[in-house]
Amino acid sequence: MLRRTLLASAAATAMLGGLAHADGHAPVKVGFVYVGPIGDGGWTYEHDKGRLAVEAEFGDAVETVFVESVPEGPDAERVMTQMALEGADLIFTTSFGYMDPTINVAANFPDVAFEHATGYKQADNVSVYSARFYEGRAVQGHIAGQITESNVIGYIASFPIPEVIRGINSAYIHAKEVNPDVEFKIIWAYTWFDPAKEAEAANVLIEQGADVILQHTDSTAPQAAAAAANDAGATVYTFGQASDMGEFAPMPRVSSIIDDWAPYYIARTQAVMDGTWESTSTWDGIGAGMVGIGEISDAIPAEVKASAEDMVARLASGEYHAFTGPINKQDGSVWLAEGETASDYGDDGLAGLNFYVEGLTAEVPQ
Amino acid sequence: MIALEKRPQPSAFWSYAAPLVAVILTMIFGAALFAALGKPPLEALSKIFWEPLFGEFSFFYLPQLLVKGAPLVAIALGLSLGFKAGIWNIGAEGQYIIGAICGAAVALAMYPSEARWLVFPAMLIAGAFGGFAWAMIPGILRVKFGTNEILVSLMLVYVAEQLLASMALGAMKNPEGMGFPGSRNMSQMDAATSWISQSNGMHWGVVIALIAVIFAYILFARHILGFQIKLAGQAPRAAAFSGVNPARLILFCLGTSGALAGIAGLTEVSGPAGIVSIDFNVGYGFTAIIVAFLGRLHPVGILLAGGLMALTYIGGDIAQSSLGLPGAAIQVFQGFLLFALLAVDVLTNYRVRLVQRGAA
Repeated sequence: MLRRTLLASAAATAMLGGLAHADGHAPVKVGFVYVGPIGDGGWTYEHDKGRLAVEAEFGDAVETVFVESVPEGPDAERVMTQMALEGADLIFTTSFGYMDPTINVAANFPDVAFEHATGYKQADNVSVYSARFYEGRAVQGHIAGQITESNVIGYIASFPIPEVIRGINSAYIHAKEVNPDVEFKIIWAYTWFDPAKEAEAANVLIEQGADVILQHTDSTAPQAAAAAANDAGATVYTFGQASDMGEFAPMPRVSSIIDDWAPYYIARTQAVMDGTWESTSTWDGIGAGMVGIGEISDAIPAEVKASAEDMVARLASGEYHAFTGPINKQDGSVWLAEGETASDYGDDGLAGLNFYVEGLTAEVPQ
Repeated sequence: MIALEKRPQPSAFWSYAAPLVAVILTMIFGAALFAALGKPPLEALSKIFWEPLFGEFSFFYLPQLLVKGAPLVAIALGLSLGFKAGIWNIGAEGQYIIGAICGAAVALAMYPSEARWLVFPAMLIAGAFGGFAWAMIPGILRVKFGTNEILVSLMLVYVAEQLLASMALGAMKNPEGMGFPGSRNMSQMDAATSWISQSNGMHWGVVIALIAVIFAYILFARHILGFQIKLAGQAPRAAAFSGVNPARLILFCLGTSGALAGIAGLTEVSGPAGIVSIDFNVGYGFTAIIVAFLGRLHPVGILLAGGLMALTYIGGDIAQSSLGLPGAAIQVFQGFLLFALLAVDVLTNYRVRLVQRGAA
């Protein structure tokens, strides 16, 4: 009980800060909790670019703070509480594992707005937002299936959560579509950011014959590993993840998925300033600009590039859905009938996707 | 020329002064580092060391200090037993994980039972036993086959991490979690939570860590076993002659440290962490090694060192968000603490002499 009253009075102080702002005195304070270091070159780097965009947009009217490399658990809860106590009006918690901590802390600070990335638990003062990365994965699979010589595509996965499984399925479906002989080798790194582990995974995949490496981890280590293999005479292609990773273009990095959070972060900060912020669930893709496809380099054949760009355009316009039937589940049962597209929620919906599609030989780790 | 001369006896003065000098050196180094990064050095140090204890929001940070420090102290105490006797358990992180898994298994198996008198004690026993059993693997291998307990215990950390991932994704996955990994939240189960008072940071892990400090103190001050441990570390041959059974000592030290690490894991998973998740462990088992040495392997010293380490974590996060200090700078700062301690420690066993060149 003690904590509740103390926190309530602190929240009241924070609210006074908010009122002061309405008079034009104090800037709106926006906090960011990061799971990796801002220099990871991938996921956290892009979130931090979003933070900098907020600063650039609002100048003195906004103050941003961040804490990097926060473990997902009690530490995250402490860091969020700390930000709220120090007067943050809006807090972005940018990793799936921050879900329960965000909900817990938000309950103590009803006047602070929270935004949790990639989760599914909402509250009156907790919004959720994510990007349809699987649209980008479709493009990667489409390219990978055509450029592979060995027909073995390596995939460095992080954690077996729906977001990652969606990506694997989407890449596989579109690789298979253009190359029926394609085979996926998947390594689970159980980390979002660990350059040593990621490099090791990339090397193992290359040794096992993979000549295209897709990654769902955040560092550039797999890119560097592929570049080193190419220097030694191999031909290995990679795709940038979360960030463009353009320093590895044109080879091995032939394209990338870019998370562009800046417009969303600016809009949400604006909403807090205007007093119009409310709890929402946002899931945007290529069309809305939240998912960007990094420039497709000339290291791949022109016709492959052209058909990939055509797919990007069709995904962006909504003309094509990345999960369009007929698609069977791994066990052979029907997931999507001919022409049917996957729904976001509900049974077998994309939000909670936890099974592979037919053709993938590995098993989802249990 | 500067020469080091071995002291006939370790200096009593320096063995107490070394940690203090190390902390002061770390502060000076930290101030220089922060200044080089263009941040106000004194303000940064006060954010790290002063703000959590006496700042405006210390009502929130002080309880957090207990939460963060308790597992460090409990694990470091267990490790200190072995370290004194020259038995090197480097795998406390693994024992911590297995303790958490075993304790959580009991809680989840008995859910939704409300019999706290039954559930929580059973969890404690399971947690302690899990850590104990995991530490017995390197223990028995060492006693029976002479394997190196450093390597075996360390390697078992990675095995434990795989087991943890498998539990979070499979057997212990929350059936109401929409397919996402992670167990049910035990901190919200009245029968299973380790919280005593969340607002005050009090959970059973804190209580047990404090009790363990007292027991360890008595063990070393009064009990023959404590004497044997010290003897085995300082003079193994003398220990053998005086009838110390080395196999029993190894099993006792490893088993106790494993059980303490297991309890720390169990009380963490059923309280502050709440759920069995893939990345439940955040490195307490390794940081505790620093805490054990910073505390001079002495129970009271470990208590203080655990508090200090927890302070740098909490204060470090405050400095990050309020001054924009990079997280890596905080890690360098923490790392320098051990580095400085080891450097100053030379003075405990050696005397610094100015020697004229060629005179020797």
